Amino acid sequence: MQNIMSLKRFCFLFIFVTAFAHANEETKPEAGDLKTEIKEYISHHLLDTHDFGLYSYVNDAGEHIHIGFPLPVILWDNGLQVFSSSKLNHGESVAEVNGNYYKLYHGKIYKTNAEGEIRYDEHHHAANYKPLDFSITKNVLVIFLVGLLIFFMFGRMAKSYKNDALPKGMGRLLEPIVLYIRDDIAIPNIGKKHYKRYMSFLLTVFFFIWIINLLGLTPLGVNVTNNIAVTFALALLTYLITTFTANKNYWGHIFWMPGVPWPMKIILAPIELLGTFIKPFSLLIRLYANITAGHIVLMSIIGLMFIFKNWLGSSLSFGLAFVLALLELLVAALQAYIFTMLSALYFGSAVEEHHHDSH
Amino acid sequence: MEKLIEQFSLGLFFWQLVLFVVLVLLLKKFAWKPILDAVEKREEGIKGALESAEKAKLDMQNLQADNQKLLKEARAEREEMLKEARDIKNKMIEDAKGEAQAQANKMIAQAQSAIESEKKAAIAELKTQVANLSIDIAEKVIREELSNKDKQEKLVASMLGEAKLN
Amino acid sequence: MTIPNIVGAGLIVIGAGIGIGRIGGQAMEAIARQPEASGKIQTAMLIAAALIEGIGFAALFAA
Repeated sequence: MQNIMSLKRFCFLFIFVTAFAHANEETKPEAGDLKTEIKEYISHHLLDTHDFGLYSYVNDAGEHIHIGFPLPVILWDNGLQVFSSSKLNHGESVAEVNGNYYKLYHGKIYKTNAEGEIRYDEHHHAANYKPLDFSITKNVLVIFLVGLLIFFMFGRMAKSYKNDALPKGMGRLLEPIVLYIRDDIAIPNIGKKHYKRYMSFLLTVFFFIWIINLLGLTPLGVNVTNNIAVTFALALLTYLITTFTANKNYWGHIFWMPGVPWPMKIILAPIELLGTFIKPFSLLIRLYANITAGHIVLMSIIGLMFIFKNWLGSSLSFGLAFVLALLELLVAALQAYIFTMLSALYFGSAVEEHHHDSH
Repeated sequence: MEKLIEQFSLGLFFWQLVLFVVLVLLLKKFAWKPILDAVEKREEGIKGALESAEKAKLDMQNLQADNQKLLKEARAEREEMLKEARDIKNKMIEDAKGEAQAQANKMIAQAQSAIESEKKAAIAELKTQVANLSIDIAEKVIREELSNKDKQEKLVASMLGEAKLN
Repeated sequence: MTIPNIVGAGLIVIGAGIGIGRIGGQAMEAIARQPEASGKIQTAMLIAAALIEGIGFAALFAA
């Protein structure tokens, strides 16, 4: 009972701080249009950045002050170019590295001349040369840290089994989840015979997505799973594992569907083949879209508090934001669950044994 | 869609792929395998313990059933023995009775025959004594009778008369 | 965003909303009818809802 109470209190505090911190970042004493500013802030918040910004504001002199720390920029431009992102200065100055000039424009690094001139094409897109960017961005750092966190969490849990059959500490909380993934996701969908091969991926993907989603709700302002590149990488792994572990039966179902007349088989083959790509594609879009939509809605409602500027509207917005933040906590876990569940479903179809003779 | 493709960051994709694959492999070696193995071992242990408990219960039941059976058998045996003993007793009594009867009959028969022979002997004796007595009496009578001639002739005549009748 | 795009997106959202709503409603009915199978029903419901959602999002991004 005590634990539940303190957990509730913790959740409340957590959400309050989240909302407050997001809100805090938006209060810029500026005369400009608040609505556009909030919009810009939200779209900026959703993007990956080359530095780890915690807080930024505009001071009285009209200068942008960024609080945070720079991260290494790694570019492939006729050789490896490594420099600190402080040189880019949030796109406000041109970085000079080994005689090359780079400028940050809308979150991307472009190669420019010494003046930092950006040329545009007819669609008003930057037409400068874009070097291959392998920078350790904020999201890469967060991915790395979350990986480290998961590794330590489960490494410790694994160690606690050495002396005792029962887990200790964190393991007590984590073990039911691990068992849930094994007993309610992997085994029913993949089958008892093959599930062990996929457990590592399923467990890692579940905890990775869940923790990183939860981290997106903290005031740190990190958003990893709302990057299409991240979800694409995860879905690609699901696709590759499905494809490379698939048995004859799986391919048989795709190219020569059993139990239908042959003209149908010819029609079905491309559809089924397309389906194998659509399945992981829907995975990546779902995760991306849910998290992005959640962040946009939550932040818009927090932004509404400052647009209303009266106690009724603002407090209503606050209540709504509070409820939505709770919903987002659920969504964070739900999306991780669905990603894992559907991955398991696809793996299961890949290793399914032949049993359609009766059809 | 266009916006999505534009937003796609190759660097982030690359890092995510690399870090995630490394994470999966590391976790597989250092976390998932030991955890799942330990859990499985534990579950197996619990299963084994439950099974052996079930087996022990079954054994116990069997043992109890055996005991029950044994008890029943023993009871039946006892019953049997008692019945047998009773039968033997009855038979013995029966036999003894029969024997006693036979003995008694025999003894009675003996006694009867003894009585019979005694009786015969007694009768014989009595007969001889009676004869002797008769002879004595007769002698005496005759002696007395024969002391006078007249009487003798009379007697002979009566005797002759009697003898004619015989 | 042009007007047809917005209208299309709205239609998609309505369609997906009706679909997911129906799934949720039917699942609840099913749970009410067979409370002991609620775990299985929930799983099936989530998968079905996720599939519709996926189509909805795909169409939304295409719009």
